[in-house]
Amino acid sequence: MPKIRKREREEGAIPTASMADIAFLLLIFFLVTTTIDVDTGIGMVLPPKLDEDVTPPPIKERNVLKILVNEEGFVLLEDKPSAVNLIRGEVIKHVLNEGADPLYSESISRALVSIKTARKTPYDAYVQVLDEVWMAYFDMWDVEARKAGFGSYKDYSIWVKSEPDRVNEIRKKIKAAISIAEPDAR
Amino acid sequence: MASSHFKKKSNTKEEIPTASLPDIIFMLLIFFMVTTVLRETTVQVRTLLPKAEALTKIDQKRLVTYIYIGPRKLEDNRIGETGVQIDDALVEDLGNIRTIMYRKLIEQPKLIVSIKSDRQSEMGVLMDVQQELREAGTLRVNYSTKRDVG
Repeated sequence: MPKIRKREREEGAIPTASMADIAFLLLIFFLVTTTIDVDTGIGMVLPPKLDEDVTPPPIKERNVLKILVNEEGFVLLEDKPSAVNLIRGEVIKHVLNEGADPLYSESISRALVSIKTARKTPYDAYVQVLDEVWMAYFDMWDVEARKAGFGSYKDYSIWVKSEPDRVNEIRKKIKAAISIAEPDAR
Repeated sequence: MASSHFKKKSNTKEEIPTASLPDIIFMLLIFFMVTTVLRETTVQVRTLLPKAEALTKIDQKRLVTYIYIGPRKLEDNRIGETGVQIDDALVEDLGNIRTIMYRKLIEQPKLIVSIKSDRQSEMGVLMDVQQELREAGTLRVNYSTKRDVG
């Protein structure tokens, strides 16, 4: 009998002082486990489907910088074996040639880089080559951005995006003209 | 005068009421739980992404559709033939890609196709997939790569 009396005196409420701590623990758990993975990569725009009866416009041989990646992942630059890290310099030379060297392009707007692969080329080799070509363009854009008084091309592109009517003049001047060659018929 | 004024002020309670603290924390918790997007697809092919430097970020996640290309994951950590996966299912016939992607393009005209391809997969499969993408008209692609550190 005295036992029951004792229980009646106890307070009925659940202590809520630790509630915040429990909630905090849960919060921290979700904060830690949440991975906001931003997808990064190399962006490309595929050429639209060609009509059968329309022949593509002729392009002068000198305006195209041909890069071939073969089955073993080796690079042929204008039919000469080359290392992957030499591509960047060659692309810059090719694009900014302005008709000076007859082997390279006539002008910036006409310069074209063509990447061709075999069917058995490993994807990694292709991405490395494509990356180098893009880095060449990024380097050229960086130079242009510095001429315009920006720290880097990244700063410039942020500045361009900050207002909707601004046009990216650098990318207009030096267009990244990278062509993924049509695969050979099997 | 001044001291009496101070005394009056000190009569108020100094403690911050903590009764609503759990509610505030719960609000934060619910916010994070709602915004967290768990990966909804199980990738059935291995995609060890290549590394690159010239990267761009894709901020608008809702525009993106992923295509996974890589060797199929089999039991016991073995890998099999190259497979192509869109969303949840492996694509057995690559010719189906054009209809799948065309439907997605109608729903989202600004569609970006992010290709998550394994380092060692061959270009042939990628070329076939790209031909299909051209047929469908989904021309914006992104070769998903990791940042090259050092």
